[in-house]
Amino acid sequence: MKLTCSKFEQILKSGRLALTAEIGPPKHTSPEGVISNARLLKDCVDAANVTDCQSAVVRMSSMAASLHILQNGLEPIFQVTCRDRNRIAIQSDLLGAYSLGIKNVLCLSGDHQVFGNHPTAKNVYDLDSVQLIQLTRRMRDEKLFFSGEAFKAYEPRFFVGAVANPFADPFEYRVDRLEKKINAGAEFIQTQCIYDMERFYRFMEMCTRRGLHERAYILAGVIPLKNWRAARYIQTKVPGMIVPEDIIRRLKDAEDPKAEGLDICVEQIQYIREQIKGISGFHIMAINWEEAVSGIIRRAGLCRSETPDKEKE
Amino acid sequence: MKAFEPQIIAFCCLNCAYSAADLAGSLRLQYAPNVRIVEMPCTGAIDHRVLLQAFEEGADGVFVAGCLEGDCHYLQGNTRAEKRVKALQKILDETGLGGERLEMFNLSTAMGARFAQIANEMTERIRLLGPSPLKSKPKGGGPG
Amino acid sequence: MIIAEQKPLKEVADFIKDCNKVLVAGCGGCVTVCLSGGEKETEILASALRIKRRIEGKPLETVTYTATRQCDPEFIEAMESVVRDVDAVISLACGVGPQYLAERYQDKPVYPALNTKFAGGSRTHGVWEEYCGLCGDCILHRTGGICPVIRCPKSILNGPCGGSQNGKCEIGQEVDCVWQLIHDRLKRLGRLDLLKEIAPLKDWSKSRDGGPRRMTREDVMI
Repeated sequence: MKLTCSKFEQILKSGRLALTAEIGPPKHTSPEGVISNARLLKDCVDAANVTDCQSAVVRMSSMAASLHILQNGLEPIFQVTCRDRNRIAIQSDLLGAYSLGIKNVLCLSGDHQVFGNHPTAKNVYDLDSVQLIQLTRRMRDEKLFFSGEAFKAYEPRFFVGAVANPFADPFEYRVDRLEKKINAGAEFIQTQCIYDMERFYRFMEMCTRRGLHERAYILAGVIPLKNWRAARYIQTKVPGMIVPEDIIRRLKDAEDPKAEGLDICVEQIQYIREQIKGISGFHIMAINWEEAVSGIIRRAGLCRSETPDKEKE
Repeated sequence: MKAFEPQIIAFCCLNCAYSAADLAGSLRLQYAPNVRIVEMPCTGAIDHRVLLQAFEEGADGVFVAGCLEGDCHYLQGNTRAEKRVKALQKILDETGLGGERLEMFNLSTAMGARFAQIANEMTERIRLLGPSPLKSKPKGGGPG
Repeated sequence: MIIAEQKPLKEVADFIKDCNKVLVAGCGGCVTVCLSGGEKETEILASALRIKRRIEGKPLETVTYTATRQCDPEFIEAMESVVRDVDAVISLACGVGPQYLAERYQDKPVYPALNTKFAGGSRTHGVWEEYCGLCGDCILHRTGGICPVIRCPKSILNGPCGGSQNGKCEIGQEVDCVWQLIHDRLKRLGRLDLLKEIAPLKDWSKSRDGGPRRMTREDVMI
């Protein structure tokens, strides 16, 4: 029934550990940075997320940046938030993106505009991420617009994803919420970045017990940290993130914080591969440090040529 | 030209401030004759409007005197009065009259000397500030 | 009730800077309860305006009047005699009051003394909070009696979002995550099953997005 030829989806389906990275569009009109990042990453990851005005800061649109990376050999995961556009504009963007060859979409609520550089803007939030997932799937599976009107032809056939945050509260409800997103139709999940291994372990245990890892591909998110300040920023300024104090201490005490940060990241990936069941891949968010991604992949033993099939079942 | 003699209205609570004023009298303490006292059951009964009226009708300065913190006969009256006085000081600043013409003091019934001191303090403060800016200005017709 | 807050004195004084006589009109409804536009606040405002203008050398005459409410034509009608001789009217009602006055007294400038803020209630004396989003399509039966439309800054209907931490919203520590509250309430009621259902798209046309709304009761119309 599905005719998506997203490479990302194919890799996940094949049982291989998938790898994704993240690209943040610029606060200006030159695509040079995005293009060079795409060229850096295209041979080591399967796809890259293109963020949608992350933290409510105005940046080049996710759709435009997605097209730039697509034209430079890297498959985009088009991020769509609900903050800035109503259902009319979102559907319009979905049609436009698909027409450009973009095949993967990640559905998010979006950080509230109070975090960004236009806090006095009207927020939209016409729908939420769960509704967006459900209706985007319905566009493909039932060929319907969000209103229920039928497509005459050429409906968009996206590979639909969502985010899960095991580190937000209420903890006991986070697995229920992930299940709700999967029930709504999410096919792949990227988690918020993980530093609290214990909590992530408990979370994945609950997920696998419910068989969620068999209904959607779950990718574990990691962010390599350059120094203790970056860690502190994430801990205090980014909504929904937990960074344990000992990570900050390790970075503060390190002689070479960058190397330490990469070590920590590689350790995290290795730990997850060895100890945690149900993971189908890794989402490496190295914003402003894209050149580190290939090194991390190599050291963690995830290179394309070496990657075996998904080990744990 | 006559030197400026401030006209001060003092709203004093019966239990403490008014009694202290009485005591000052019995002790024959000398203090500025500029203060006219209005007796209140408790400073908690003070209303913003009454204080504003005092100024509109020509007072150069106004103070509210109540019991020491924690000793209010009606428990929270002086606390509420303090908050109202603060709010009104802000309003008076915004009107251009100046919130420094309004003050709140706390004292106990035995503090006759303190009452005299407050009366003198306030009178001097207002003397330095000069007459209320409303004194020389005509009204626009009565309040509704 | 509708919660409104007084505008700064300077702003209100500026509206009427060319007037010699104004009506300062309070309202006995919501703004009396939230202490921003009742009889007392009206008299304080009038006094403050008089003092300010006297000091500026341009005295102001004021008339004060507190209507039972400013959102019923009959109460606005009754103000005819006090409106007649003034240069302008300052209304201390919610946004409805000045509009009703302006509609009835077309030749008088009407100015708002308040900023109307939200529909809510009091928490403790002196503290009022927004509780109702006026969305026109109440869903409180599905959320344990707690409104996510207005109490969630993203109006999420299938919450919480990923920014909820320690029961607080991502936008600030002083804001409770309403979905945490809803989750806890439904858990207490034994109705967590309600959270499994995917809440459908909201019909925002029933809210302000559909245009100014109207409600009627045919059976009471004369």
